[in-house]
Amino acid sequence: MFTKFHEWYKNRHDYARAWREQNDGEVVGCFCSYVPEELIYAAGLLPVRVLGSHEPQDVTEPHIFGMFCPFCRDVLAQGLKGRYNYLKGIVLAQSCLHLRQAFTSWRNHVPADFAHYIYFPNKVQTKHAYSYYHGELVKFRKALEEWIGRAISDDSIKAAAELYNENRRLMREVYELRKAANPPLTGLEAMIMVASSYFVDKKDHNAELKRILPELKSRTLERETGGRLMIVGSENDDTEFVQMVESVGATVVVDDHCTGSRYFWNATEFSGDVMQDIANRYIDRPPCPTKDWEERSRFPHVLQLAREYNVDGVILIQQKFCDPHECDMVPLKELLNNNDLPTLFLEFDVTVPVGQFRIRVEAFLEMLGVEELF
Amino acid sequence: MSEYRSEPLKCWPRAKELRLKYYQDYQKARERGGIRWTGGAWSFDAIPAGLGRDVYNITGEPYAASIAFDRKLSTECLEAAEAKGWARDLCSYMRNYWGSMYLGKYAFGGEYPDPDFCFQDHICCSHAKWYQHVAEYKKIPYFCIDVSVGPYKDVDENRLMFVVNQMHEAIEWLEKTTGRKYQDELLIEAVENETRSTATWAEVCCLNMNKPAPLDEKTMYSLYVHGTLAKHSKDVADFYEELRDEVKYRIDNHIAAVPNEQCRLMSDTQPPWGFLKIFRYLEGYGAISVGSLYTFGLIGIWETKPDGSWGPRPTPMQKGEKITTRDQALRVLADWNLSKPEWQHFYDPNLKTEMMLQIVKQWQLDGVMLHLNRGCEGLSCGIMENRLGIAKAGVPVMTFEGNMGDEREFDEKRVVTRIDSFMETLGIKMLGKPAGIG
Repeated sequence: MFTKFHEWYKNRHDYARAWREQNDGEVVGCFCSYVPEELIYAAGLLPVRVLGSHEPQDVTEPHIFGMFCPFCRDVLAQGLKGRYNYLKGIVLAQSCLHLRQAFTSWRNHVPADFAHYIYFPNKVQTKHAYSYYHGELVKFRKALEEWIGRAISDDSIKAAAELYNENRRLMREVYELRKAANPPLTGLEAMIMVASSYFVDKKDHNAELKRILPELKSRTLERETGGRLMIVGSENDDTEFVQMVESVGATVVVDDHCTGSRYFWNATEFSGDVMQDIANRYIDRPPCPTKDWEERSRFPHVLQLAREYNVDGVILIQQKFCDPHECDMVPLKELLNNNDLPTLFLEFDVTVPVGQFRIRVEAFLEMLGVEELF
Repeated sequence: MSEYRSEPLKCWPRAKELRLKYYQDYQKARERGGIRWTGGAWSFDAIPAGLGRDVYNITGEPYAASIAFDRKLSTECLEAAEAKGWARDLCSYMRNYWGSMYLGKYAFGGEYPDPDFCFQDHICCSHAKWYQHVAEYKKIPYFCIDVSVGPYKDVDENRLMFVVNQMHEAIEWLEKTTGRKYQDELLIEAVENETRSTATWAEVCCLNMNKPAPLDEKTMYSLYVHGTLAKHSKDVADFYEELRDEVKYRIDNHIAAVPNEQCRLMSDTQPPWGFLKIFRYLEGYGAISVGSLYTFGLIGIWETKPDGSWGPRPTPMQKGEKITTRDQALRVLADWNLSKPEWQHFYDPNLKTEMMLQIVKQWQLDGVMLHLNRGCEGLSCGIMENRLGIAKAGVPVMTFEGNMGDEREFDEKRVVTRIDSFMETLGIKMLGKPAGIG
């Protein structure tokens, strides 16, 4: 049922190249889930997220000091190796120091016609963030217009925002099904569904979501659900890891990742000024830890997800050296544990030691009392 | 080979006295009925100054550097932070500070003095999170201002006002939090002092273009620190003027920092505080680090002059501008700080490379030593691109890995060997017995 999503996820570059030919448009690489893709899409361009390839590499050492996260280095490696050589533009919405180095080094060393750094506010908990970000979005729109040589109408922006909203609504509908005692999809399928949405035209993605949803609602998986797990943490599209977790008596039923629920959880609410509406949507979305201060507003959201999805335990995943998540892990673990949610902390690199992690996950499931193991 | 005269700074005791007074004032603030707060060295300390003349702060980074200088205490603090579960690769200043807080030990004697509130600004991922934890642990109020609005060359009204609006919000918060009425005249005074102290520090750094350099970077660390403690204070602004005048005197009287200066270098990022002796080792080669973008631009405020050179940014007072209102003071404060050299590379490493190459040219340097500092992701951000840019410009550059605040990540022998190799590359021979290594 999820074959198309798998195909898109696996062949992301082929899809983008084909889209370019079929639509006579350009493809723009986005370096963070905070990039307002709607504006890029409204310009007749295809926004695609630049993710890593989970392969060891040796090309980024001269560019990014080894104390920065493996994800940002993996992302840069994709550019340096020419994997995204069809991109005509790149865009960063300000997030962590790690990922921005992938962007700035890419800008220095990988040819692109258009490179734009959006100074997204880090403090999203101030009322002033809304008007400020509106101003920055106006600049981004203008920069896009100058690059493509034509104006981007409000109507086309609204249409793009509606299309993106539809994608968010459909993916939430799929996520809703994961609340069932026996979810009709695995965590791996959900991960690939969301990750693939980063790479393909939302029209195509929406069409596929609409196609599978009726069937998905009545789908029964020929597997035991086992322990209901949540995964929380840094960027994570490590399909091999989730596949392993779900092979030892568990199902990942929900997540809090930028490559998962955080990407689509909230929608743009229309009030008349579409640029302000889009700005508001990104300010109000479930935050990345780097933007989650002074209050830790993400924590109640994570806890609520854990409860709504009736999880037995939480795997806390963190990209090595990811400071924003490292600054959240200790209090987050405490919060979850205090709410009777056991946790397992795992540090991720470009590749993960699946064998070692398997033993730890098995032990975790045993602790949770998941008998399906035996 | 020239032999220059060298002698200690006359204002050195004043520098020490001022620093000790700062930490003691903070410690004793409550006894005097005053307020004490904590935040980063880049926080807008001029803003809480409007709460009264009995408001004292402790800035996290220099405090943690003081801990790091005491290797035994630092190890205790780092291990206390690790025992709580924090990752070892987090900002080592933050870990030293948290450890001091957990242990209840004040690096200047006695118990860790609890702050009344946290007041921070945010440009590095760790900034806001650092005091988020302090506020939670100590159960005290917290306010943080986001300053990550892009490099100064691109700052416009929208970006400036985002910072200014948060500053206004901060003042409302301070009044509510402390129950005190805010005094705009104290804010204006503090803003004027801050512009004076940070521009005067840049003047001091400019004097180090002289050959021989009147100051070495190791000494400068003990001087620039005042700007990281209380850049808004009259004491600091006055002290920097006193220092500037003495440095001019040293130049006029051919007093060098290093008597056998034959090679001029610059470093980058915070040094490994527990191993400042590497600067003494360099002196064995007659090599002097005359500064860095870090020592010059962490608190110094600069501008590019019409001829393309780099120099101190004129203060509002020097330009004949009188600050009369709160809003004007906050606009000046925001604009002034957004031009801080060490805030520019957060958006583009090329901006830092350009500034570094300008320093190489103006200060007539022979090479650059980049500290790949595992303790600070903020100042290490983009550092490998800086290395590439400096090398591309034909300037000799070496790197050494370490950690400003965690001695466990500094390999002294390896660094010394790298220095030896670098000196050989530069064609510099050892002149005398190397100091204090091994």
